[in-house]
Amino acid sequence: MMLEINNLHVKLEEEDKVILKGLSLSVKAGSVHAIMGPNGSGKSTLSYVLAGKDGYRVTAGSATLDGADLLAMEPEARAAAGLFLAFQYPVEIPGVGNMTFLRTAVNAQRKTRGEPELSAGAFLKVIRAKAKALKIDAEMLKRPVNVGFSGGEKKRNEILQMAMLEPRMCILDETDSGLDVDAMKLVAEGVNALRDAGRAFLVITHYQRLLDHIAPDFVHIMADGRIIRSGGPELALEVEQNGYADLLAEEQ
Amino acid sequence: MAVVAAKQDALGARIAGLALPDGGGWLGAARAEALARLAAMGLPGRRDEYWRFTDSATLNAPEAAAATLDNRAGAEAFSGIDRLRLVFVDGVFDAANSDDPKLAGVEIEPLGRAGGADIHWAQGLYGALEAQGQMPVPRPFAALNSAFASDGVLIRVTARADRPVSLIYRRKSDGSDVILHHCIKIEAGADLTLLESGPAAARFNSVLEVDVGDGAQFHHVRAQGRDPERRAVTHVFARLGAAARFKSFTLTANGLLTRNEVVVDLAGCDAVAHVAGAAMGDGRFHHDDTVFITHAAERCESRQVFKKVLKNGAVGVFQGKILVRPGAQKTDGYQISQALLLDGDSQFLAKPELEIHADDVKCSHGSTVGAIDENTLFYLRSRGVPMKAAQALLVLAFLAEAMAEIDDPAIAENIRQRLESWLAEHDGEGAR
Repeated sequence: MMLEINNLHVKLEEEDKVILKGLSLSVKAGSVHAIMGPNGSGKSTLSYVLAGKDGYRVTAGSATLDGADLLAMEPEARAAAGLFLAFQYPVEIPGVGNMTFLRTAVNAQRKTRGEPELSAGAFLKVIRAKAKALKIDAEMLKRPVNVGFSGGEKKRNEILQMAMLEPRMCILDETDSGLDVDAMKLVAEGVNALRDAGRAFLVITHYQRLLDHIAPDFVHIMADGRIIRSGGPELALEVEQNGYADLLAEEQ
Repeated sequence: MAVVAAKQDALGARIAGLALPDGGGWLGAARAEALARLAAMGLPGRRDEYWRFTDSATLNAPEAAAATLDNRAGAEAFSGIDRLRLVFVDGVFDAANSDDPKLAGVEIEPLGRAGGADIHWAQGLYGALEAQGQMPVPRPFAALNSAFASDGVLIRVTARADRPVSLIYRRKSDGSDVILHHCIKIEAGADLTLLESGPAAARFNSVLEVDVGDGAQFHHVRAQGRDPERRAVTHVFARLGAAARFKSFTLTANGLLTRNEVVVDLAGCDAVAHVAGAAMGDGRFHHDDTVFITHAAERCESRQVFKKVLKNGAVGVFQGKILVRPGAQKTDGYQISQALLLDGDSQFLAKPELEIHADDVKCSHGSTVGAIDENTLFYLRSRGVPMKAAQALLVLAFLAEAMAEIDDPAIAENIRQRLESWLAEHDGEGAR
C-alpha cells in the first residue's frame, strides 16, 4: 500500500474540537481516489494533517507512506518522501521569484534524497516544457510566487509544482474551487498527464464536475470526520443527483 | 537649564583629550567654525527629540570602550569587484596598502594633505553641508567630526568614473577611537560609485559630505559588519543639483551601537534621492537609521526603504522625515520602514514624519513590524524546503525591496551573499 491511513483521530491544537474521528483509507500506487463531502466534514484537515501543518494534534491512529510513519516526519521530509499537497489557497510569497522557488524546492528534495542538484540549465529546460503544457508563460515564472496571479493561474502553478517535483502521492485539495470550465480542463489535463502506475492521487472536491475530467477509481464520501461510504465512480454521480442529504440520513 | 549644563559638561569631558588637528588655512577655519557650532549644541542626551530611542552615553564618553575584533575568516566585502581601493588603518590613510589613486576624471587626495593649500575646491564643502544639516535637527557628533577629524579623503569627480572608489577600513587596535571626514564633489554630469566597508574602529564617527552637481550621479553602497562590538555614528550629508541622482544603500550586520544619519537636500529641480538600508541584528545590537530628506525644489523624487531583521533582543530604530518646503510642487516622496522580528524578544521603534508645505505633492509612508508568516513557511516546507532554508528565503524576500536600491548587479550579488552568510551563521535559536 502506498498511503495507509488507519483510524485517524485529530483535534485542533488550540481548541477542544475534534475534526477527524477514526478515518481509515488505503491508497494503492497507480490509483486515483476521490474524497467528497459537505463543508466541515474534515476534508481539508485530512490534507493538512497528512502534509504536516502545525495546529493539529493526532490523538489516535496512524498514517504511513510506503510503510514509513508519515506523522513522525517534518513537512519537508514528507515532501522529500514523495508527498505533495496542492493547496486549496496557494500562498503568495512577495520577494521570491516563482522560478527561484521551484528550483529551491526541486533541489532541496534532491539533496534530501541524496541525488545531485539540477543545474540551472537543466532545470530551465525541464520547466519550460512543463510550463508550456500548462499555458504558464515566462512572465509568470519570473513573477513572485502567486503574487498577482488569478485564481486559475494559482491552481495551474500548483500543478506545475507537482509536475516539477514528481511526487508519488499527490493530494489535491479542492483544486477545482474558483476555476472556470476551461481552467479546470487545463488543470485536469495536467493531472492526467502525471497519472502513472507508480503514482497515486487523492482528489478532494465538493463537486462531481472535476471528476468528469479526472476519472477516479474510487470515490469516498466523508462526513463528520469519517468516511461513511466508499464505492466506484458511480457514487460521485449519486451525490451529484441527490446531494449529500440522503447519504447522511442513511448514516444516521 | 540643568539639561543644557549637562550637555555642556558632557562635551567638555568628551573633547578634553582632543586637540584640533594642526594646520591653519581654509581647513583650520572650517574646523574652528565647527567647534563653535559644537560648543553651542553640547552633546546629545535622552531628552533630545532625536535621541529618545538611542542612548548616546557610549558615544559621549571621553574614552572609547575596547571592542574585540571578529577575526573569523570571511570574504572581505566587495571582493571580486573591480574597484580603486583606499585603505584606512585605525583611522589613518595607508597609502602603501592602497591602490595608486589614479582614476580618469577623478581627483583623490587624503584630507591630511589638503589642509595646507591656500585655495582648495573642498573649501566651501568641508563642514558646509554638515553646518546646513544642523537645522532644524542638531547633529552634535557631526560637528564634532568636522572639528576634530584628522583624516579622510577628498574626491572631486569631473567625468564618469569607470570603476568604483572603495574605502576600506581596517582595525589593528582594540581601543581605536576614529573620526574620519570625507568630502566628495561630483561636477555637473559626472558619475561616481563609492563603496565603504570594513571594521573601522572600536568607536567610529564618520561624516561624508557629497555635493552632487546638475545631472550628476552618486551611488553609495556600504557594508557595516564583522565587528560585533562596534559603536558607530555615521553621517551622510548630500546636496543635489538639478536632475542629479543620489542612491545610498547600507548593509549593517551586528554592532553594539550603530547610528546612521542621512541628510539629503534636494536643492535642484527633478533631482532623485534614494536611501535604503538592510540591518541584521542578533543579540546585543542597537541599530538606528535617522534620515532627513528636504524637498526644496520642484518635481523631485525621494525614496526611503529601511528593513531590519531582529532576533534575541536586538533593537532597531527608524526616524525618517520628509520635509517639503513651500514651492516644492510635484514632489514625489516615499518612505517605508519595516522590521521582521524573528522572536518575541526583539524590538522595533519607528518615528516616520512628514512635514508638507506645498499643496501639489504625493507623499506616502508606511511602517510595519511582524514575524515570518507561518502559512508561507509551511507552504515552502511542504515543497521540501527545509525549515532554516525556508526562513532564510523569506528573510531575503523581506529585504528585497531595500536590496533593489543597489543598481549594480555585481555589487548587489556581493551584498546578497553577505546576507546569506550572516543568515547561515545566525540561524540558531537562542545563540548570542
